[in-house]
Amino acid sequence: MKIAVQREPFDTGAELDALSARNPAVGALAAFVGLVRDVNEGAQVGTMTLEHYPGMTEKSIAAIVEEAQGRWQLIDCTVIHRIGELRPADRIVLVAVTSAHRGDAFAACEFIMDYLKTRAPFWKKEQTPEGARWVEARASDDQAAERWT
Amino acid sequence: MKVKLLYFASVREHVGVASEDLELPDGVRTVGALRTLLRARGGSWQTAFAEGRVVRTAVNQSIAKAEAGVAPGDEIAFFPPVTGG
Repeated sequence: MKIAVQREPFDTGAELDALSARNPAVGALAAFVGLVRDVNEGAQVGTMTLEHYPGMTEKSIAAIVEEAQGRWQLIDCTVIHRIGELRPADRIVLVAVTSAHRGDAFAACEFIMDYLKTRAPFWKKEQTPEGARWVEARASDDQAAERWT
Repeated sequence: MKVKLLYFASVREHVGVASEDLELPDGVRTVGALRTLLRARGGSWQTAFAEGRVVRTAVNQSIAKAEAGVAPGDEIAFFPPVTGG
C-alpha cells in the first residue's frame, strides 16, 4: 500500500506501472484521477490551495484503504493527494487499486474516493475574481459515501 | 489539565490562531463543554463556534462527538466539513 500527501506533482503513468508491477497476480487495475476545474459554482478559479491536517490525513486514508481491503479482494492500492497551491488542469488526487478481477477493483476505487472526499481532513480554498473563498462541502458527496453503508 | 488545541481552514481564519495550549477549568471534560468554553470567549470565537454552525472535532486525530471525553495531553482539533479529493 502506498499513501502519500505531497506538494509535488505525481506521474500517473509511472504510479500505475509501479502498482501493477509489484505482483503478477494482478489482473485488473482501476484508477481515478481528480483534477482542478477552471470553473466552480459559477466562478472562474485562478488557483486552488489545499490545506490538510498532517498526521490525521495519512491515518484516515489508511483506515479507508483498510476498510476497502475488508470489503473486496484487493492486491494493492496507491493513494496520492496533493497539497499547497494548484492550478486548473493540475492533478489533485490519484486512487489506484489492483485486484485479480475488474469488479473488485472498480468498486474499491470508487469506495475509497467517496470516503476520502467525506472523511479525510483536506480543505480547498479557491482564488476567484471576486476574492478567495473556502469550498463548501457538498451534500451529494455525503450521499455518495452513504451508498456504501 | 492541559490540552493542545488545533484549528484548521475557515475555523482557523475565524479565530485567528492555528494552535494553542489550554489549561481546562475543572468543569470542562467533554468536547461539547470545551466548545461551549471557546464560544464564551465571544467575538469571532462566538461566530466560529455558533450553535448550528457545522464544526467537526477530532480528539487525538479521530473524529469525536460532543459527548466524547477529553483527557490530559489530548490533541483536539476543530475544522469545517472536509472538501478534499
